[in-house]
Amino acid sequence: MEILDLPFMQRALLAAFLVGITAPAIGIYLVQRRQALMGDGIGHVALTGVGLGFLLNTSPVWVATAVCVLGAVVMELIRSYGKARGDIALAMLFYGGMAGGVMLMSLSSTGSSANLTTYLFGSITTVSQQDIVAICILAAFVVLTTIGLRRQLFAICQDEEFARVTGLPVRLLNLLVAVTAAVTVTVAMRVVGLLLVSALMVIPVAASQQIARSFATTFAMAVAVGVLVTLSGTVTSYYVDVPSGATIVLMAIGVFIALTAVATPLARRRADRTAEAERCTLRPEADVQV
Amino acid sequence: MEQPVISLRGATASLGSRPVLRGVDLAVQRGEVVALLGANGSGKSTAVRAVVGQVPLTGGELELFGTPQRRFRDWARVGYVPQRTTAASGVPATVREVVAAGRLARTKLGPTRKADREAVVRALELVGMADRLKDSVNALSGGQHQRVLIARALAGEPELLIMDEPMAGVDLANQAVLAEALRTQVARGATVLLVLHELGPLEPLIDRAVVLRDGCVVHDGAPPQAVGQHALPGHDHVHPHADPAAEPIRTGLLS
Repeated sequence: MEILDLPFMQRALLAAFLVGITAPAIGIYLVQRRQALMGDGIGHVALTGVGLGFLLNTSPVWVATAVCVLGAVVMELIRSYGKARGDIALAMLFYGGMAGGVMLMSLSSTGSSANLTTYLFGSITTVSQQDIVAICILAAFVVLTTIGLRRQLFAICQDEEFARVTGLPVRLLNLLVAVTAAVTVTVAMRVVGLLLVSALMVIPVAASQQIARSFATTFAMAVAVGVLVTLSGTVTSYYVDVPSGATIVLMAIGVFIALTAVATPLARRRADRTAEAERCTLRPEADVQV
Repeated sequence: MEQPVISLRGATASLGSRPVLRGVDLAVQRGEVVALLGANGSGKSTAVRAVVGQVPLTGGELELFGTPQRRFRDWARVGYVPQRTTAASGVPATVREVVAAGRLARTKLGPTRKADREAVVRALELVGMADRLKDSVNALSGGQHQRVLIARALAGEPELLIMDEPMAGVDLANQAVLAEALRTQVARGATVLLVLHELGPLEPLIDRAVVLRDGCVVHDGAPPQAVGQHALPGHDHVHPHADPAAEPIRTGLLS
């Protein structure tokens, strides 16, 4: 495999692999509490961080991480306090983040619209050595959080009110989910781009819930689907010369459709079996004396 | 005299600008089973949500196990069944996974041990759902959802059970199962405060009924007798409802 001998492809595949794990791992909690589009919102805000990174001539990954975390915390506070017209506040945050990024990028000497595009839609083959170090560190944080605290995060995303009454530090855990989602966005931005990040958080989870019955299986399958599409999408984009982000997302949608097609007859059979099990068990017996 | 398990004195609370509790006194002694009754909007749900700290009191005093609620940290002693019609969420989960969340009252951020897994199975046995351990909650009926939610509260082996309309939308057969599970808890010395729309099959278990109207206690004593239509056997009096003011406004995007 000559593809593995190229240093830039080694970095690309490693980054893709880490995104394949982390995006569905945090995405499952967002989907569970029906916040599937939060990743998209953070992606918009991240652009301001990228622009700021260019303006300050520092690594866009770290600055974007800082800005994303801040944006995600603000979003979580808006959510938890349930302020009237929270949707308007969020819209301000999203589009302000987007516009701020474009503006900062144009002010910087090194930023260009070509640069903007690589962050918006991903450019996996340009991942640098420093980028990969940052991505590894951030991915480790995401994996440790989403797996290490899976029971607690499951509980707060499943029924927040109940979780508060168990005495869990729910506010802190909510912020942790927001911060982890923000970190995941910056891990994934070089691979699939800020506008497509959310797809990798949601689609693998949606695909695996077509088949899975438990949270644990959904989690494992979503990560498997994530890794499958990010790696095969990256390899495909190398051979066919198509953008990696778009390839990965379209493949994920393909997996979703395939699993849905498989799941429909499976679900019907399951339902039939349940109906069979719950049918009347009192059968007329021949020797009953009347 | 022994310290009451729940002590609410002159409690007031509002949702938005609307006063919902207007000076409620409620004391629940150890081992007592108290039903909180009242019409929709009478404040009974708000009262129990205030007890578990989900609605802030604007005035009055609230103590749990003799500790002011603000400083109360021993939540493993309390099992809470919120008003829900479903145990499902946006992602599939098994009955065991949902009930195991109740055990977090004891394990908190720590690891799960064998004793915790056994407590989850025991809680499911209490509500007669141990055979559904590995089933997805999406495959359950409405009454089974309630049984799972109650098992979740029991998984932490609480001394005090607080239940908000556990019988809403539950058919008679499932109500009987729940009544039996509750009887077992009471026999073990558990204290129970539950919001009910009507007494139904739980009636023989109830020591005392507190009736709220417009945020005030109008009756505190023996359970009132059902009259008219409501007294007919098999009368299924179910009004699933949610208090719109109790919920934060959902933006759709992040809710």
